[in-house]
Amino acid sequence: MSNFFSKAEVTSSGRPVFLRNEVECHLLSGVDLESEDHHSFSPLKSGILILTTHRLLWLPSSSAITPTSASAIPLAAISHIFSSKKSLKSVFHSPRIRFQVLVSPDGRVFDPGSGSGSSSGSGSRSVVVTAVVRGKGDCDGFLVKFWDSWRARAWESNETSGSGSGSGLASGTGAGTGTSGGLYSTDGSVRMVGVAGILRKEQEMWESTDKSLQDAFQDLNALMSKAKEMVMLAEKMRQKLLSGTSSQTSGTNDEDMGSKEEIQDWLLSVGIISPVTKESAGALYHQQLSRQLADFVRTPLERAGGMINLIDAYCLFNRARGTELISPDDMLQACSLWEKFDVPVMLRKFDSGVMVIQNKSHSDEEVFARIRSLVTKPEALRNGISPTDAAMTLGIAPAMAKEHLLTAESKGLLCRDISPDGFRFYINLFPEIDQCNIYFVKDYGICSTWIKAVSTSG
Amino acid sequence: MQKLGDFKLPHFFNYPPYFTLQPVRETREKQVQLWKELILDYCRTQKIFVIKLEEEFPLFSNSVIERTLSHEAREAFLSALVAEGRAEWLDKGHRSCLILWHRIQDWADIIVNFVKDNGFEDSVMTVEEIRSGIESRGTELHGIDRTILMRALKQLEQKGKLAIFKGTSTDDEGIKFSV
Repeated sequence: MSNFFSKAEVTSSGRPVFLRNEVECHLLSGVDLESEDHHSFSPLKSGILILTTHRLLWLPSSSAITPTSASAIPLAAISHIFSSKKSLKSVFHSPRIRFQVLVSPDGRVFDPGSGSGSSSGSGSRSVVVTAVVRGKGDCDGFLVKFWDSWRARAWESNETSGSGSGSGLASGTGAGTGTSGGLYSTDGSVRMVGVAGILRKEQEMWESTDKSLQDAFQDLNALMSKAKEMVMLAEKMRQKLLSGTSSQTSGTNDEDMGSKEEIQDWLLSVGIISPVTKESAGALYHQQLSRQLADFVRTPLERAGGMINLIDAYCLFNRARGTELISPDDMLQACSLWEKFDVPVMLRKFDSGVMVIQNKSHSDEEVFARIRSLVTKPEALRNGISPTDAAMTLGIAPAMAKEHLLTAESKGLLCRDISPDGFRFYINLFPEIDQCNIYFVKDYGICSTWIKAVSTSG
Repeated sequence: MQKLGDFKLPHFFNYPPYFTLQPVRETREKQVQLWKELILDYCRTQKIFVIKLEEEFPLFSNSVIERTLSHEAREAFLSALVAEGRAEWLDKGHRSCLILWHRIQDWADIIVNFVKDNGFEDSVMTVEEIRSGIESRGTELHGIDRTILMRALKQLEQKGKLAIFKGTSTDDEGIKFSV
């Protein structure tokens, strides 16, 4: 270790021992101390630089701290602090703090406490020391405090109060120098006196505003993170409910199912975490939206029996997003993109123009089989079925049911019957009727079944 | 079996969709076919020659199932008959339709046979006599629609089988056969 610096005492746990009235002001980590002339002392690497009211302390990084390895530069020995030059070079380098230190003839930092006389008369050779700040600390703030502390000359007021000389910054305090001289009162707090005092006051006000702003934003951040937690909780509950309802089939009573449905609805409407927005996804917006939509729509699809009106899906999706609503056009585009991906849902347009989202696994044949069995029941043979009847049997919305019935009609499975009673569908008997002999009815087949059903009604 | 007067109705007459014009092409074709046949059958047995769309027509309603053919449906089925040559619209507004359950050609043949059967080859008769004379009773000619008869006679006239001439009164023409 070089003899250039004064030794700083440290405690057994590596904290510096402060002088009387010395107050720590700022701390930077990852600091190297170098001398500009490269031979006054060997560089100190990667330590902690502590600014106090009296000294500049350098401690090696915590693993290397020994009682003798900490160094100190009294602020009194500093003759000049260079202001930070912002140049192009400085953008790429780590920030630097440069200051000029008086050096005693024996090549060590001038130590005013050693009682070797006033600074001006000690053969003032000076060395420029550079502190290279490689850590993440607030270098500019450190520099400001450095200036303040250096100008405040706290050590002098100590000396004056100790030695009784009247020099130093303790102006305006007049009488009572013994107890109230200098920037620092006897209890150690900083006093608001003189220009420095005004500056200090400004500084402190600014600091406290800053702090309260930070607190406020902390609260907001806390709120946001809580909101995020809430939504995650909702998601978890929803997952649980989903797995719960699907695993229970016959053992659940209706009341339970009802309230579970309610909770499910509520959770669904609470929302989706981090909706895809044009900002977050950019050029991939529609793609990401398309995928998110495909994920989202699966639950409503299940509940709607495999088919849901596009408009209904649009409303549900936007409601879940909360903010960052999408336009109908976006919705349409997102659905159209499904063709390009491997998602389990698809967009379908019926002849009537109605657009629905349905599972890819949805089978029209299966629906037709169910319709067929419904429409050949005796009651249906006599009176036909309405879209509402079909809706109840198939477990889907009446509008969807009507689409299915119309599709079945176009396939020749059903016939329509329009009357003052409304719009109904019957099983299609026309293919069965023999044109050549319209009075002939086979003994088997749907025709005879129909005749039997009709005749029993009287 | 249901009846309309003494006409035997087929079983599908009670099938409600039968009375609603079907939109699906295949189904519609079958429906039209059935109606065409039914209309012709009914008109033949009931000797109905003209159907007026806006009037009640027994065949177009079924009180048992409470269904009636709409105007659109009636026009559709009758138009199909017209297209087939088994009917003719009597007016541009399609309100009246002449039903040819025998084509004009067929009627002409019936007249020729009638003439031959009764030995009228060189005789003279009035149109009205053909329609309602004693000889025509029991034949299909009895009660034939005058328009249809005139058309058939005109056709035969063009073939040279007879000649039509105005009679003593304006509303009764005479026919000189030369079959």
